[in-house]
Amino acid sequence: MKCGVVVFPGSNCDHDVYHVLKHLLNVETVFLWHDDADLKGSDLVVLPGGFSYGDYLRAGAMAGLSPIVDEVRRHAEAGGLVLGICNGFQILLEMGLLPGAMRRNLGQRFLCRDVHLEVVRDDLAFTSQYSVGQILRMPVAHAEGNYFDTPKNLDALEKNRQVVFRYCDPGGGPDDPNGSERGIAGICNRDGNVFGLMPHPERCSEELLGNVDGLALFSSVMKSAAAAMEVEA
Amino acid sequence: MSRAAEPTVDLAAAEAQGLTQEEFENLCHILGRDPNHTELGIASALWSEHCSYKSSKAYLREFPTQGAHVLQGPGENAGVVELGHGWVAVFKMESHNHPSYIEPYQGAATGVGGILRDIFTMGARPIALMNALRFGSIDAPRMRHLVDGVVRGIGDYGNCMGVPTIGGETDFHPSFNGNILVNAFALGVARRDSILRARASGPGNPILYVGSRTGRDGIHGATMASESFDADSEEKLPTVQVGDPFTEKILLEACLQALKSGAVVALQDMGAAGLTSSSFEMASRGRTGLVLNLDKVPRREPGLTPWEIMLSESQERMVLVAQRGKEDVLRHVFERWGLEVETIGEVTATGRAVIRDQGKVVADLPIRPLTDGAPVYRRPALEPAGLAERQTKAKVPDPGDPAKALTKMLDTPELGSKSWIWQQYDHTVRTNTVRGPGGDAAVVALKGTPLGIAMTCDVNPVYCYLDPRTGAMQAVAEAVRNLACVGAEPLGVSDCLNFGNPENPEVSWQFRESVRGISEACRALDVPVISGNVSFYNETEGESIHPTPAISMAGVLPDLTNLPATGFVEAKDQVILLGVDHGEHGGSAYMRLLHGVEQGLPPAVDLAAEGSLAALLRYLAFDGALRSAHDVSTGGLGVALAEACFEHGLGADLKLPVDPVGFFSETQARAVISVTPKAVDGVLAEAERRGVPALVVGAVGGDSLKLNLDGTKSKIQVAELHSVWSTALPRALEL
Repeated sequence: MKCGVVVFPGSNCDHDVYHVLKHLLNVETVFLWHDDADLKGSDLVVLPGGFSYGDYLRAGAMAGLSPIVDEVRRHAEAGGLVLGICNGFQILLEMGLLPGAMRRNLGQRFLCRDVHLEVVRDDLAFTSQYSVGQILRMPVAHAEGNYFDTPKNLDALEKNRQVVFRYCDPGGGPDDPNGSERGIAGICNRDGNVFGLMPHPERCSEELLGNVDGLALFSSVMKSAAAAMEVEA
Repeated sequence: MSRAAEPTVDLAAAEAQGLTQEEFENLCHILGRDPNHTELGIASALWSEHCSYKSSKAYLREFPTQGAHVLQGPGENAGVVELGHGWVAVFKMESHNHPSYIEPYQGAATGVGGILRDIFTMGARPIALMNALRFGSIDAPRMRHLVDGVVRGIGDYGNCMGVPTIGGETDFHPSFNGNILVNAFALGVARRDSILRARASGPGNPILYVGSRTGRDGIHGATMASESFDADSEEKLPTVQVGDPFTEKILLEACLQALKSGAVVALQDMGAAGLTSSSFEMASRGRTGLVLNLDKVPRREPGLTPWEIMLSESQERMVLVAQRGKEDVLRHVFERWGLEVETIGEVTATGRAVIRDQGKVVADLPIRPLTDGAPVYRRPALEPAGLAERQTKAKVPDPGDPAKALTKMLDTPELGSKSWIWQQYDHTVRTNTVRGPGGDAAVVALKGTPLGIAMTCDVNPVYCYLDPRTGAMQAVAEAVRNLACVGAEPLGVSDCLNFGNPENPEVSWQFRESVRGISEACRALDVPVISGNVSFYNETEGESIHPTPAISMAGVLPDLTNLPATGFVEAKDQVILLGVDHGEHGGSAYMRLLHGVEQGLPPAVDLAAEGSLAALLRYLAFDGALRSAHDVSTGGLGVALAEACFEHGLGADLKLPVDPVGFFSETQARAVISVTPKAVDGVLAEAERRGVPALVVGAVGGDSLKLNLDGTKSKIQVAELHSVWSTALPRALEL
């Protein structure tokens, strides 16, 4: 198993994801430079949070055109795992690897706080260590996380089981910190190998930080990779 | 294009650029001739209050600046203290008051940008930001606009940089109606041996320019910051700089990478007075000279004059001295990050700054005579008229039902929760934030070590108005106490001294007294001053702000395993009050917010008692005996206890040794702690051994705060109090 964390100019959660993968889970992990069209053999490609290219024009818009994204697209189309967190999710939307778009948060302000999430899918490579209905606590930190699509597309998204995480209150009731349609916090593509979410699992993967609800997302990927290797063997 | 004739240089021109007659004559004497227009601009910027500290320098020498942990005291871009395990912390606090009042969004944003550059020019990676904000009355003209702009400006810049904003303080007081304060703090870490000092050395070494192009923004901003506001201040808009956090983020990454190459001799950001102060400061510290070719400076627009290029305060620009022959290594790093690099000059041994434009010398100035020869003033100081009256003790009205009075106090922007502000700041990026905003001190973990770094910033301008010396001492003492509440040993102070016009003898007196208060407290509590900033001329239409010597302090925790909480953690834990009340209401929040009285002497500061209390708290924290610790400050015991209940929504049943008036007294050297029932005896014994008064006052539990104040009983639901407190600020902002 090898992980690659893409570094765009303006990425600022690249080190945080790297830390979780490399130091907490002891997985071989490398940084991938935006200007190099080379994934260095990564099995999992992570598009980290931050403000790629300053988020000028529109969050994720410029990154969606940089040299490495063609490789990321090829990797995704071949069934490789791609995880986009926060700005990385926005980039996946801009690339068209995931459907929909982001609007500014309802309330128009940057929001940094813990939110609660309901696990909707536990049969993905990214979520196998969770269980459906489980309530997670995770920090968000974004100004544009208000997920939007047309009602018809949203219906299709739900029908195709592409909603992975939904915002909720601590008891599992409905909540929507940023105004997202249908409380959507994270979605996958139809094949389930590309996953984007606004909350930051890498910021809640260590006891020291008082919350480890995010760690299972990364260990799910490791576990599924290990299982896949066993099958191959 | 043809250039207009150089403007005439005479006394009137010098005065227009901020020099006095005496300073102008001194300049001519140093040069042995009259300066030309460009030279006058350079000299007036170097000798501006903002760059030269001419009215403060003589007093600042009183600060203790040495200590076992200090690697770099004042005089560099930021101070450096030792953390242990081979790591050092680099930190500084700086004001951006004037620009923020003129244009709050850009003013505050570039304040954050400037302080971050001060940290990474030292070779350290910034890992935490804080800010201390003072707004006027929320109903004052433009105030909601200023709050909104400043908060968005700080957030947008810090968030994009990926440096968490983990603490600070925000207050509202009418004395800031016409001149708000925006003080930004940044802390970085580096390996001990990779600290860089901004000294231009090695004649023949090239000087490189990196980052944004130079434009006409912020020209003579340092001089603007050295003047008072008047009715025409709106006209100063062009002196405010415009920030680009994205460029700064790549500048940060590129500079840190460049430093690893070993090809950088010195690095300096272009902050106040731009290329002028950065080049003169580097050469002055290195005791060298330099040649600059202005036609090599990348520009945003054609037609900039040498005077404009030397005085522009365009943001996100750096000058660096490279090792001769290794420019290409650096050029490669910066270009990889998409940054523009130009060689704009070289270090010389002449001790002079020779500035050329298209081959022609446009300025030729001796460096050290100008930097070391900057004027130093001991301005006349006079105790303010009416001080005795101001310090007369006022009658303290009975609050009636203490719980109701407490609710009223928490229902103000002053004492209400500031979460509306700090939720707009990314405080969890970099995954080090162990204690974020809202507690006594913020704490970050230092990855790869067991260490924690704690930080806080404190000052009560009302105390300082009533008695600047005591008020300044209180700020230092409270900072030490806040660090102690998380178990941190203080390492150093960075001060940000915000005052009115120093040419006003009453302001000069306030400044002198404050500096003495800080010095005394720092000596007694053994915390050296390692960096800082002075901001004068904070007045509008002749009305000064309250003196505000903001104290930021950083400390270290040997490990993070036993980190106490701020608030109560578990039912049945015993609540212990450390320290005793002396019924002090001068400048208290109770008198100010509920009765509109700002009179009397501020609470006395007993530095020995503060020292013992802090040592006890640190010992108990390290020992693992502390479940929670929260200091008693603004709003007294009442507010401290309410805040202790909020963290986990836990109530307490308490019998306190104060009456309802004393419930809001602000006597210093006190803290509220909670410990497990088993730990009580040991804690009391340790307190007694250290001479800290300690009293068990009740237990944590239930969903109400139940009070018995010297026989007066009162009770309130924590949820009810919390709802008032948590919504007070957004309601006051009418959102």
